Amino acid sequence: MNFLLYISDYIIPLIFFYVVGYAILAGSDIFSDFIEGAKEGFEVTLGIMPTLIGLLAAVGILRASGAFGLLENISRILQLPAQLVPVVIVKMFSSSAATGLLLDLYKSVGPDSYIGVLASVIMSSSETIFYTVSVYFGSVGIKKTRYVIPGAIIATIAGIIGSVLVLRL
Amino acid sequence: MLNYIWAFMILLGITIGAFTGNMGNVSTETLNSAKEAVSLCVTMLGVMSLWTGLMGVARGCGLMEKLTRLMMPVIRLLFPTLPKEHIVNEYIASNMIANILGLGWAATPVGINAMKELKSISGGGTAASVDMCTFLIVNMSSLQLIPVNIIAYRSQYGSVTPSSILAPAIIATTCSTLAGVAFSMIMRKRGDKR
Repeated sequence: MNFLLYISDYIIPLIFFYVVGYAILAGSDIFSDFIEGAKEGFEVTLGIMPTLIGLLAAVGILRASGAFGLLENISRILQLPAQLVPVVIVKMFSSSAATGLLLDLYKSVGPDSYIGVLASVIMSSSETIFYTVSVYFGSVGIKKTRYVIPGAIIATIAGIIGSVLVLRL
Repeated sequence: MLNYIWAFMILLGITIGAFTGNMGNVSTETLNSAKEAVSLCVTMLGVMSLWTGLMGVARGCGLMEKLTRLMMPVIRLLFPTLPKEHIVNEYIASNMIANILGLGWAATPVGINAMKELKSISGGGTAASVDMCTFLIVNMSSLQLIPVNIIAYRSQYGSVTPSSILAPAIIATTCSTLAGVAFSMIMRKRGDKR
């Protein structure tokens, strides 16, 4: 685990070094390219703000009501820490709703706790299956999805197993 | 989908709150959560803009194009029957690169273009072709190597080492992608036999 932490420290600085180094040698107009790109990210973030407000409020209601206590029974069957079950399930349907739950988890157990780290890794290695299928197939009028959903669920489960195992290293 | 999840959380929460006598908490928490969402977005504005800015630099100097070209052997492997010179190869490659770099919103439009081309190659109809299945499964196996958003959330919630999840996340993502690729390839083989 310590070794992985060590590598993690290097990844982002190295990407910055590589991209900026490559660009300056290529002679492109790097700073205005940066500003253009940053504007895009700025707009996207502002765009999701109303969504986050709505979802964090809904998750807040659910948590304050004591509803998560009821989920512990389900989690015992699935052998995952109780707090993780809703995140994993909701993530398959809606990324932003799962984000709301994830942030709630950070608040209650901390982002650096075992559960906080595991949740972060699982969230990073899974996709919103049902939403994505409906966007992509819906846009071209595909109704028979064949083996897409089983395939995506297998990939998601492999990601969860991988997350649990890699954190045991 | 989101409509139901959202309504479900609110209605269920308030109902349970009424039964467990937690209505005071529910009321305060609703308002606090809204405030919190805004401060979260302020952190996100910084991290996301920095990242997309860097990606803008990568696009401006042609690095993005180079990466897309590097994807071509992978695409040949995943989609052996696609026509080599078709524009669809490029669409699929740029969709994958955008996903890998954590630019999900930039990936979707080009991904839909890829899907349209795949449909016209397969000759239309309402059933997904093998190529469409492969494309979507790989897409949904989470390609994202740098989870910028998760790192931003972690730093907002006081993580001492927000990016410490990077290496484990890359390994976990590799697991899920390999499983998705293997499954797609097995299903393609089985389809050939029939």
